[in-house]
Amino acid sequence: MNPVLQVRELAKAFGGISAVSGVSFEVHEGEILGLIGPNGSGKSTLFNCILGQLAPSAGQVRIDGRDITGMRPCQLNRLGVGRTFQLLQVFPQLTVRENLILAGQEHQASMWSRLVGRRDAGLGPAADRMIEFFRLSALAAEKAAALSYGQQKLLDVAMAFMAGPRLVLLDEPAGGVNPTMLAGLRERLREINASQRATFVVIEHNMEFVMALCTRVLVLAEGRIIAEGTPSEIRANPAVVEAYLGN
Amino acid sequence: MKKAAAVGLIILLVAAPFGLKPYGIYLLTLWVVMAIAAIGLNLTLGYAGQVSLAQGAFVGIGAYSAALLTTQGWPLWCAFLLATVISLAIGWLLGYPALRVQHHYLAFVTLSFATLVYLVLRNEEWLTKGVYGVSGIPRPTLLGWSTKGPVEFYFFCLGILALVSAATWWLVRSPWGRAFTALRENAIRADSLGVDTRRYTLMAFAFGSAIGGIAGVLYAPLVQFIEPTAFNLNLSLNLLLMVMVGGSGFFLGPFLGAAVSVLLPEWMRFGSEGLYLIFYAVAVMVLMAFCPSGLLGLGQRLFKR
Repeated sequence: MNPVLQVRELAKAFGGISAVSGVSFEVHEGEILGLIGPNGSGKSTLFNCILGQLAPSAGQVRIDGRDITGMRPCQLNRLGVGRTFQLLQVFPQLTVRENLILAGQEHQASMWSRLVGRRDAGLGPAADRMIEFFRLSALAAEKAAALSYGQQKLLDVAMAFMAGPRLVLLDEPAGGVNPTMLAGLRERLREINASQRATFVVIEHNMEFVMALCTRVLVLAEGRIIAEGTPSEIRANPAVVEAYLGN
Repeated sequence: MKKAAAVGLIILLVAAPFGLKPYGIYLLTLWVVMAIAAIGLNLTLGYAGQVSLAQGAFVGIGAYSAALLTTQGWPLWCAFLLATVISLAIGWLLGYPALRVQHHYLAFVTLSFATLVYLVLRNEEWLTKGVYGVSGIPRPTLLGWSTKGPVEFYFFCLGILALVSAATWWLVRSPWGRAFTALRENAIRADSLGVDTRRYTLMAFAFGSAIGGIAGVLYAPLVQFIEPTAFNLNLSLNLLLMVMVGGSGFFLGPFLGAAVSVLLPEWMRFGSEGLYLIFYAVAVMVLMAFCPSGLLGLGQRLFKR
């Protein structure tokens, strides 16, 4: 069976600076892959190249064996690839419920049928289930701008799952979220992973979060993969310690 | 509360022309026409967040479609059809630069387009009669009902305003409206959620421009004589002012903004000698400096306290 995500010799240079140089890895169905590395190691650039936000300088990306290199983000999203961004990205003037409906509406029917169709695009109940699942029920009718940072972060993550994606790339989901909410977020991600066989790739600096959530971890430094293994193997790897702390 | 206000407003609009002299009815009709054009711009700018300084050019395209067709004996509905199709198509094309540039760069692209349209209207005499303008533009007769008189024509325009408002209301409350808001607030995130931001950007331009064209089709028989300078950059800037002053992205913003821009200066003209435009300019400056979200934004802020 094809891996869900296959990255081959992916490279991205900005002028003379090589942000990602020849990275290859695979992610299989149901896996939760952690992607760690010091600041500036190329994690987010790698994400952006995989997801069509940036055009890679070289290399190939495949989803379920299909070459998707250079596809636009909205096309990828409709193929079942969701994502969150490093910085919080919700739509402040839409309510929580509408943020979620928006995140699913473009996956249905045609653009024209949405013009004449129902206001909630038939996604109201699905949005309500998602709101309940992420424990945001009390805030459903609030504008996203009125939510706390942690609540917005939950909404941001929830939006990535609205369309029932096969693969979700999460860029620092734990950043700025308090420990109690973080445990909840981890549980939600685990549940979705188990119930929908959804596959995740997670960039994260919070080591505790990564080690508890991920089944496999890749370590990136200066645009290259320097280590790969289970969380416990990574923890014991001297190259990783060196990359983070220096000699 | 909202319903009562809406009903009151409709009654006021229907009763208004009966207490007014012809010039007053003319101004009120001009308000209706400008409100329609501003509704179009509010769709492009207020909802979808795409700056356009070309709305006046689309009013011009609509006005010239109506003037040239109806003076040749064609019925006005043909002009509506033609102006809508042309404005939709040109608006769509004008959207392409918006896929590459945003904000003031986009403003300059659309400004160039507005200038281009003005030059075509002025210089292509074989088509537009150039600086001489087109005169004797007839007002339409609908199923035997002549709209020649000012009151009749006002009601005709009011009817079109009602149709345009209803269609726009439907659109902004449909999933499209949500997609437009997402495009305005964060295009990159919208794209990552499957929103085809390119198509929605083009659509925002096309629909907004088409509504501008429709306003133009009404403008020509209202004034009955048109010439190119009426559709130069001043009109585009004035329409932008209406959207901003009324409240960009508010459904009722264009109605209020058009009232401020069309009716307020006329009302202030009485009893202020020649100074009314200075008062008006200062009032607009103060409003924009202290409340960039316009009159409705100000109202919302006060109401929430």
